[in-house]
Amino acid sequence: MSATAEHIARYNFAYLDEQTKRMIRRAILKAISIPGYQVPFASREMPMPYGWGTGGVQVTASIIGPDDVLKVIDQGADDTTNAVSIRAFFQTVADVATTTETGKATIIQTRHRIPEESLTAGQVLVYQVPIPEPLRFLEPRETETRKMHALEEYGLMHVKLYEDIARHGHIATTYAYPVKVEGRYVMDPSPTPKFDNPKMHMSPALQLFGAGREKRIYAVPPFTRVESLDFEDHPFQVQTFEEPCALCGGTGTYLDEVVLDDRGGRMFVCSDTDYCEKRQASASALLGEEDAR
Amino acid sequence: MTDQALLSARSLSKHYGNRIGCTDISFDLWPGEVLAVVGESGSGKTTLLNCLSTRLLPTSGVVSYRMRDGAFRDLYRMSEAERRFLMRTDWGFVHQNPADGLRMTVSAGANVGERLMALGERHYGNIRASATDWLGRVEIAHDRVDDEPRAFSGGMRQRLQIARNLVTGPRLVFMDEPTGGLDVSVQARLLDLLRGLVQEMELAAIVVTHDLAVARLLSHRIMVMKEGRAVESGLTDRVLDDPQAPYTQLLVSSILQV
Repeated sequence: MSATAEHIARYNFAYLDEQTKRMIRRAILKAISIPGYQVPFASREMPMPYGWGTGGVQVTASIIGPDDVLKVIDQGADDTTNAVSIRAFFQTVADVATTTETGKATIIQTRHRIPEESLTAGQVLVYQVPIPEPLRFLEPRETETRKMHALEEYGLMHVKLYEDIARHGHIATTYAYPVKVEGRYVMDPSPTPKFDNPKMHMSPALQLFGAGREKRIYAVPPFTRVESLDFEDHPFQVQTFEEPCALCGGTGTYLDEVVLDDRGGRMFVCSDTDYCEKRQASASALLGEEDAR
Repeated sequence: MTDQALLSARSLSKHYGNRIGCTDISFDLWPGEVLAVVGESGSGKTTLLNCLSTRLLPTSGVVSYRMRDGAFRDLYRMSEAERRFLMRTDWGFVHQNPADGLRMTVSAGANVGERLMALGERHYGNIRASATDWLGRVEIAHDRVDDEPRAFSGGMRQRLQIARNLVTGPRLVFMDEPTGGLDVSVQARLLDLLRGLVQEMELAAIVVTHDLAVARLLSHRIMVMKEGRAVESGLTDRVLDDPQAPYTQLLVSSILQV
């Protein structure tokens, strides 16, 4: 046994103890049974600060098995601090295989993006959620928001969208855009850009949401209707970009703005690094073929 | 007016432990009728109003309401969902402090439109048109539709609160000291407005006030409360001009003459 293996032997598989995992799995099962409903759970203290994905990590730890292949993204990127740390965490405590390729992963933990590549049946997308309650900034009382969900009183959600139009002339909410799940619960899709909302609709993958600080888990089972709220005369629209990605030339993807210098220089690149790299690789392979000819 | 009561209370009591909030109150309210509940502070007026409007669970007694389909239902046997639906469609509640009844951080237009959106209205243009129309009816200038109530004066806030409550065409409005804290000229205009709206929309209203002049102007009938009990009730003019109960006589004679 190597020194690392002895070291990790002190942890239970995937860090959490088995009773905690069972408790979280029960919450997940309930969440899947009631799509969009926020299930309270006894969130544990994790070896990372709140706001860094404690909810997502607990969900992942409860569903991961030795055969799983884990991918972790942070704003679409595989190589940023949060993604790298969480990937390393599960390599250490669960000894699982990891990947940056969307297609090869069985579990994808994400902070604020949905991969560009379509997900397939059998994949699980785990979201890190800071504030699970879509009504929170409109109604501060938890007792009241729970009642509003129970009685399906969602007029207030539209008040927010009304305010957007009154102030900006269009619905200016660009992320954490509220959705209605299976025609019943209004849900916060976590702070993903509204660009990703249509990907949640009828997705073949299971989508799980974990909020560690707020102690809530919710879920969208595969092939569930997810509709973005809107007005008849101001229908839901996703962001569009004028230019293609500066690296891969892709259009129809969500782009990040990268500031290049202090003279106003900037470029727009795909926020999904895996998707962008794959396109670049296939483009250069194509070029290589042409050169060979 | 029809021969069927809109709202009726029977032996309504609310006790706070050993203390009496209000006790053994019975009355009927007819459609289109305005009832004033008067009395000094601490006499149980607001407790009674809250018990009637399902905001406070009474200790005993029955409150029944004539629904739009004609059925006479016991409010406290209805489900909470039904009661809340009633609250935001067929009823209105005007608070003494407008901040309690308004959303201070969203625009006036959204404040008025909220009930419409709660009822499933999903056309921005229509919601805005109704909101603007209602602001006009309560004498708030059209160009204030996107301002927050925080930027409004006390009188304007109160009128906005009234618009917000009336936009769904309710049949019954509860008012708790609607003119409290306003100066006399603003009070007079608000009363004038309320009188017009009540008549135009054939609203029934229960108005709690300690101001007998407000009661005289707004109400058809009056109920005088003291220490949680109704000591006298009758037509407003009769009670104020010919008070029978000693307490009412004291109350009427206490009005300051200018």
